[in-house]
Amino acid sequence: MEKGHGCSFSGIVSTSTFSCTIVVVTLILVRILYVILWGPRPFSRRATKPLSTLIVLGSGGHTAEMLNLLVVLQKDRFTPRFYIAAATDNMSLQKAQLLENNLTAKNGTRVPNTAQFMQIYRSREVGQSYVTSIWTTLIAMIHALWLMIKIRPQVILCNGPGTCIPICAIAFLFKVLGIRWSSIFYVESIARVRRLSLSGLLLYKFRMADQLFVQWPQLQRKYPRATYVGRLM
Amino acid sequence: MADRAGDDDKTRRVVFVTVGTTSFDALVKAVDSPTVKQELFTEGYTHLLIQMGRGSYVPTKSEGGSSLAVDYFTFSSSIADHLNSASLVISHAGSGSIFETLRLGKPLIVTVNEDLMDNHQSELAEELADQKHLYCARPQTLHQTVADMDLNSLVPYSPGDATPVTKLINRFLGFPDD
Repeated sequence: MEKGHGCSFSGIVSTSTFSCTIVVVTLILVRILYVILWGPRPFSRRATKPLSTLIVLGSGGHTAEMLNLLVVLQKDRFTPRFYIAAATDNMSLQKAQLLENNLTAKNGTRVPNTAQFMQIYRSREVGQSYVTSIWTTLIAMIHALWLMIKIRPQVILCNGPGTCIPICAIAFLFKVLGIRWSSIFYVESIARVRRLSLSGLLLYKFRMADQLFVQWPQLQRKYPRATYVGRLM
Repeated sequence: MADRAGDDDKTRRVVFVTVGTTSFDALVKAVDSPTVKQELFTEGYTHLLIQMGRGSYVPTKSEGGSSLAVDYFTFSSSIADHLNSASLVISHAGSGSIFETLRLGKPLIVTVNEDLMDNHQSELAEELADQKHLYCARPQTLHQTVADMDLNSLVPYSPGDATPVTKLINRFLGFPDD
């Protein structure tokens, strides 16, 4: 067949494309394994500079717990601070702003209030069907990507609910691609006594959080890779 | 004897009911039922204040006197004042409401909303009830819980501490221990 030349040329191209793909996929998988297995190790070097921190707020009780944590966190080590809450959550950002304003007031000295507050599309509203949730989660992912590119935090603090999953997924992606290494700390809500929440379970199973904290001993027994820290509230 | 303005303050014992930001008609109905109101009145409570949230069932206001005085509202930016002036709190099972109440040292009956899908809230209410920090009830059994409760047997709740987790976070990141 006169196409002999063409056949063997396209044959070579398709073979080398195939090999290239295999190599690239293998590299990505190796990198992902590295991130998952090597990632959650404590930093061996002493930290000297403050770390930019992203705080993901959930509604109601979640925000109360997170604010409780922030009150005792060393503000000069975790700065600048960025707060993200779901677009439909009206109260959380206000409460965070109150906390930050109180800090500036307490400090007296002219420490500039650098905290920023942002809203993100929610992956899933309470009671929303899981089917439509797939679409809304996708939108939330894209929005999360946009915000993460802007912020590129070194530390991420979250305690569920679904608002934090797109953020953590993007952070994980950034780690794999080597764009920014964010240490992810997830504190499971005090309301979770016997089972992890869906967010917590996802982060636990896919090993996306560097440290996953639980507030009840029952959870530590059930999920051995989690760290029990007692009650925060 | 006769209710005078001065006497009101001394004998005023308020039962505060809160459903947070949710809709919990079953609880509001149960609390507004003659059985429960009568039971509360018998136990010496004078006022019933219901924060009804997004619910559609509207309680009946009452001046009180020979029965429980009843009033209600939908939302307020902070229920701390209401919790502070209450002698008994009946709440939905949201963790925010529960801990806000417990940290103020107020006696608490938590009612779990069985209409919610995936009711993880009951885990927390049951655990704290097991530890005798509060009473746990369902809207249908609320009158029984009120009748049987012995508030003196409740164990005071000691607030938790967020410092252990901040220590671990700091250590992980390589910050020196304070």
